[in-house]
Amino acid sequence: MNGAMRGRRDEMANTLFEKVWDAHRIEELPGQVSLLHVDRHLMHELTGAAAISELEARGVPVRNPGLTFATIDHVISTRPGRVDGDEDWSSAMIATLREQTTRMKIARFDVDDGRQGIVHVTGPELGLTLPGTTLVCGDSHTCTHGAFGALAWGIGSSELVHVLATQTIRQRRPKTMRIHFSGSLRPGVSAKDMALHAIGVLGASAGTGYAVEFAGPAIRALDMESRMTVCNLAIELGAKIGLIAPDETTFSYLRGRQFAPRGAAFERAVAAWRQLDSGSDARFDREVEIDAGAIQPQITWGTSPEQVAAIDAAVPDPGLETDAGRRAQLINALAYMRLKPGQRLAGIPVDRVFIGSCANSRLSDLRAAAAVARGRRIASHVTAWVVPGSLAVKREAESEGLDQVFLAAGFEWREPGCSMCVGANGDLVPSGQRCVSTSNRNFIGRQGPGAMTHLASPAVAAASAIAGVISSPAVTGVSR
Amino acid sequence: MKPFTVVQGPAAPLLLDNIDTDVIVRIERIARHKRGEFARWAFEALRYLPDGAENPDFILNRQPFREAKILVAGANFGCGSSREMAVWAIAEFGIRCVVAESYGDIFYNNCLQNGVLAITLPRREIDALAADAARGVPVTADLQACTLSSPGVGALGFTIPASQRETLLSGLDEVGLTLRMAQRIDQFQRQDADARPWVYAGV
Repeated sequence: MNGAMRGRRDEMANTLFEKVWDAHRIEELPGQVSLLHVDRHLMHELTGAAAISELEARGVPVRNPGLTFATIDHVISTRPGRVDGDEDWSSAMIATLREQTTRMKIARFDVDDGRQGIVHVTGPELGLTLPGTTLVCGDSHTCTHGAFGALAWGIGSSELVHVLATQTIRQRRPKTMRIHFSGSLRPGVSAKDMALHAIGVLGASAGTGYAVEFAGPAIRALDMESRMTVCNLAIELGAKIGLIAPDETTFSYLRGRQFAPRGAAFERAVAAWRQLDSGSDARFDREVEIDAGAIQPQITWGTSPEQVAAIDAAVPDPGLETDAGRRAQLINALAYMRLKPGQRLAGIPVDRVFIGSCANSRLSDLRAAAAVARGRRIASHVTAWVVPGSLAVKREAESEGLDQVFLAAGFEWREPGCSMCVGANGDLVPSGQRCVSTSNRNFIGRQGPGAMTHLASPAVAAASAIAGVISSPAVTGVSR
Repeated sequence: MKPFTVVQGPAAPLLLDNIDTDVIVRIERIARHKRGEFARWAFEALRYLPDGAENPDFILNRQPFREAKILVAGANFGCGSSREMAVWAIAEFGIRCVVAESYGDIFYNNCLQNGVLAITLPRREIDALAADAARGVPVTADLQACTLSSPGVGALGFTIPASQRETLLSGLDEVGLTLRMAQRIDQFQRQDADARPWVYAGV
């Protein structure tokens, strides 16, 4: 992009992304790099404890402890009754973060205060994630918070130290993309299916270098939890930032939450937040339209989220792929996943089911899974887990009796954490086993060395647990 | 941070798209190992067989690429997790420069923070470079001249944002540079607290 074009865009600042980005620029550095203010810095133990230690080794204080918040999610045990890790190293890492945050007066959401949970579940539910803010965290799924019209993205360990020390970050301005979902979803199709479908159509690198705004009537019709699921998967499209303009759905979700403004301050904030949308003349570097009404329940079959299809489809045939590079990737993926070209996806036997992760562990996700599981039993050869996203989600689910639905169906009902999405705490799928998972990554070895992951929605995961094979909720309902 | 000026050595072609950071370094390694201990865990999923033996077919297990200084990859290299240990693992293995069609955006920033030059080139040039590099010839990445050259291909130009180039050339640490701007940050926060009090209130 040439300078003149960029200059014109700056003047207009008419996309949601540009409005928020521009409001946080402290300095412009050569080469379209900005020094941006960070409004919210969320931390977790896996990268946070080491970053604070590094900062202390440099003798630099945390600049704004009041804008820094921590929880414990990646390596904490999910066994009933747990307070620490399952092993000495993980308990030590958790103890370090607890000690550091207490000493530095950084707010911590923990097991003993009932606020612990996955960082991308607790931030929104506590009202920390607000429209028009910048929010960073040492985790790539930080894009989840974009559901509120925030600019939120994942950062590495060095950037973490930079944010702790300066409350700012140096970033190159991304290009902008808008994905417009027209029409409305068919019954039984979820936000997870929308996101997986978009990644399948556009590819896992389509969003690389872009901030992606999700828009259109099918997005406006989603509740906040579903919007978080869509934005959660922006990074799987390649975009480290995904966002949705705030609206009445957003404001009513935020009203009364612990860290959201209250009373007149809330109304003043809402007045400002109403300005946060992309104008009718907004210009994007790329625009895409997807017909939401044509989306069917999805499941991945390969080792990238872009390797996805409708559940009633078949595994593709590498022999039909004309590009040599893509053909090689297909052959590798099918070999790892132990699948044959042309094999039907529905009916593939599964060993494990995991319902959880920052993609799909909120109350509405657990309700969707419970609606399928109610009054049924999981297949005898399947081990199925439900891992709520936070202690708050767990309490609400239990007050509705969802835990009893899952337990009666043969699922394990566990404590909150990242768990089997990434296995940092030791919650792994054994080698050679096949898992239908509501998480967001089906990379080689993601859920454990040799583990085979199929990504899907909570309803599809629950249906597959019951059938013992990859299955859509509709089919499960008929056959059982 | 180690300044980056010129790096020369074998360039290992690894022309797969979407190589994610889970493949570059596994979660249990980053949870249980410290910086400086990652060289043997770089590309674990590709580099070792299930029994722990080296995979003889993997490029980094073959000479001269065991001493590779440059890695030539496809599109979306380093996608996925934000783990900076992916860059640490590559750098500790000995690779100072990655050439790819595109990068995971978080991985790209993590490279900058560690003195690793991440060069973006069109696929056509990557294919040509990879074919030449596969012969084991030395490839040279020159950040002063912004060129990448190999004997059979000649010099290919590349671009990188000016401030990122300066940081890599000088090896200066961004934390130190930004701390010098503390007064400017103070000023921003004072003004911003008037405009958006809800960001700062109650915290």
